[in-house]
Amino acid sequence: MSAEPLPLDPRPSVPERSFFRFLLGELRPRGKWLTPFNLISIPVILLGVGILVVRFIYGLESVSNLNQAYPWGLWKGFNVITGVAFAGGAYVITFVVYVMRLDKYEPIVRATVLNGLLAYVFYAGALILDLGRPWNIINPVIGNSFGYNSVLFLVAWHFMLYMVAECIEFSPVVAEWAGWRRVRRVLHSLTLGAVIFGITLSTLHQSGLGALFLMAKPKIHPLWYSEFIPILFLASSIPAGLSMVIVEGTLTRRAFREQLIPAGDRAHEEIVLGLAKGACIALFVYYFFKALLFVHEHQWSYLGSPWGWWYLLEVVGLVLVPCVMFAYAVRHRRLGLVRVAAVLTLLGIVMNRLNVSVIAFNWNSPATYHPSWEEYVVSLTVVFAELWVFRWIVRRMPVLRASPAASRGE
Amino acid sequence: MKRRKFLTLAGGAAGAALAGAKAGAAPAVEEPATEFYGVLVDTTRCIGCRACEVACSVEHGNDVPDVEHDGALAELRDTSERQWTVVNRFETERGEMFVKKQCMHCWQPACTAACLTNAMYKTREGPVIWRSGKCMGCRYCMVSCPFDIPKFEYDAWNPKISKCTMCAERLALGQKPACVEACPTDALMFGMKRELMEIARTRIYSHPGRYVRQIYGEHEVGGTGWLYLAAVPFEQLGFRTDLGTTPYPEFTRDFLYGVPVVLFGLPALLLGLNLLAERRTQP
Repeated sequence: MSAEPLPLDPRPSVPERSFFRFLLGELRPRGKWLTPFNLISIPVILLGVGILVVRFIYGLESVSNLNQAYPWGLWKGFNVITGVAFAGGAYVITFVVYVMRLDKYEPIVRATVLNGLLAYVFYAGALILDLGRPWNIINPVIGNSFGYNSVLFLVAWHFMLYMVAECIEFSPVVAEWAGWRRVRRVLHSLTLGAVIFGITLSTLHQSGLGALFLMAKPKIHPLWYSEFIPILFLASSIPAGLSMVIVEGTLTRRAFREQLIPAGDRAHEEIVLGLAKGACIALFVYYFFKALLFVHEHQWSYLGSPWGWWYLLEVVGLVLVPCVMFAYAVRHRRLGLVRVAAVLTLLGIVMNRLNVSVIAFNWNSPATYHPSWEEYVVSLTVVFAELWVFRWIVRRMPVLRASPAASRGE
Repeated sequence: MKRRKFLTLAGGAAGAALAGAKAGAAPAVEEPATEFYGVLVDTTRCIGCRACEVACSVEHGNDVPDVEHDGALAELRDTSERQWTVVNRFETERGEMFVKKQCMHCWQPACTAACLTNAMYKTREGPVIWRSGKCMGCRYCMVSCPFDIPKFEYDAWNPKISKCTMCAERLALGQKPACVEACPTDALMFGMKRELMEIARTRIYSHPGRYVRQIYGEHEVGGTGWLYLAAVPFEQLGFRTDLGTTPYPEFTRDFLYGVPVVLFGLPALLLGLNLLAERRTQP
């Protein structure tokens, strides 16, 4: 790697001996306090923390409606399993930018990686809230009890290793923020390795999340159970990730206008259209898999039941329809329509993951599960907490404002 | 089995090695073949006295049911975290029948394959037990068990997974499980699975009118430690007969086979793609 110039940071570079003082200064809150986001998120987070205190003292039953027939509920089904699918954007975009070297998507790579990293920290971290004996989480890590035969063992390890890979991918940004030039050069040289490692891990744990349900064969409705569930989860994580990048990009560009370089809007438009094209193709591939399995496993007979209509809503309404919308929007350069399609795609993924893990799970059992209000609050708390950290970092580190020339390393 | 073990070990070891952990820590001890213990339940002999429920709860310090007065047979019950075995009454084409329910102690259990900490553990003698020091409470065993047996203490800050242990601690002392010892009609019989199969077959052959010609647990989910004889088809007795004969860990086998291949193959492919992309942009 040749020497790289640092990005043009408006702030003076910080000598390393005063780093502590610099950090203290950065830790202070910035911006207005009375924003609508704060007014909603602060009460929710406080309430969520309170609920979690109760949960850890009195057990899961005190706040959730989980029961013996539904051991996994909203926290695992939405926060962990859906959240990780949404975080798929990071491995797709790093593949495009660092492996395929498509520089066009360079401007969004930092925000996407940051989002992916935080999604794993918070959403995979939400697993801990759901664990009955979280202090034993160390067991599959330190080697006194390796359950090699378990898909969950694989998923857990891949979560941890992937977080390390994402930290490495994001670390040059932190070094730039702190003003560590030499450290940044070293960290930057690790990026391609971390990216390749990260994509490999993502492939395995995105599919692994689906493989978790392979042994639940007698419990999941046949319309959602398939021996190819790992492939379906992997295939759908690509449009899910791309749609999340589109939606997240739209929101962050609105929320952090001051961070953006002027005249970036035109370039961003091209990026969004490119992402939409990718999402369209990925959605079609996913739809094709779904349709193939449907026909191959002779599932016509289920369509007459309410489960069949629910299935059609998911597969046609929230996979095929957004796929067509993406295609139309790309062709006619309709950015608004791209965003609508992205939101629909995300809804379809939420529905799919919840169907497999909660809704169509134990469909044939008399037991039922509806999340309690406390479960919804905690789910939202996790999302808001992630957004708070995201905002803190974006306001301080060169995530959105990075000049492309610097991050490309020319 | 051998090949599967190797591949999963290789996958795990690769993950550990990549993390900088000691790959050699994996125990690969060759265990001598042991015959599994099991219990034969002859539902035609069960009179629904529920002495087994009482004995089980007394043995394990669980809630002891008030058999005389609680009228529990009126409704269909499931085992719970406070009661590891229950007897249910079924109206069948041949009248009233009673069926004891508890962990089936599968030959290749889904719960132990699901467990990422080996807390769920198939002992060499046959009982599937739960080890508290290892469990992290993820409840994946509950998701995987085809019989919905592991139960979780949702009301505890330090919850346990609880289920029938086939009285593994009594077996170690050379005793029979508490429920078997309490059974007044010999509806429960404890022994090696091989012997129990012979006894079960003998009963079917010598009383052809009395039993249906099926031993539930002989082939179900790859074979279970507990075996059932019945006078009527098992669907009428609340058994799921659609579980198949494949051991449940097999369902994840192909996926786990694929892991080492992807883990080593994909990075090479990605690196290759990266090199090609470089050529293209540099004239």
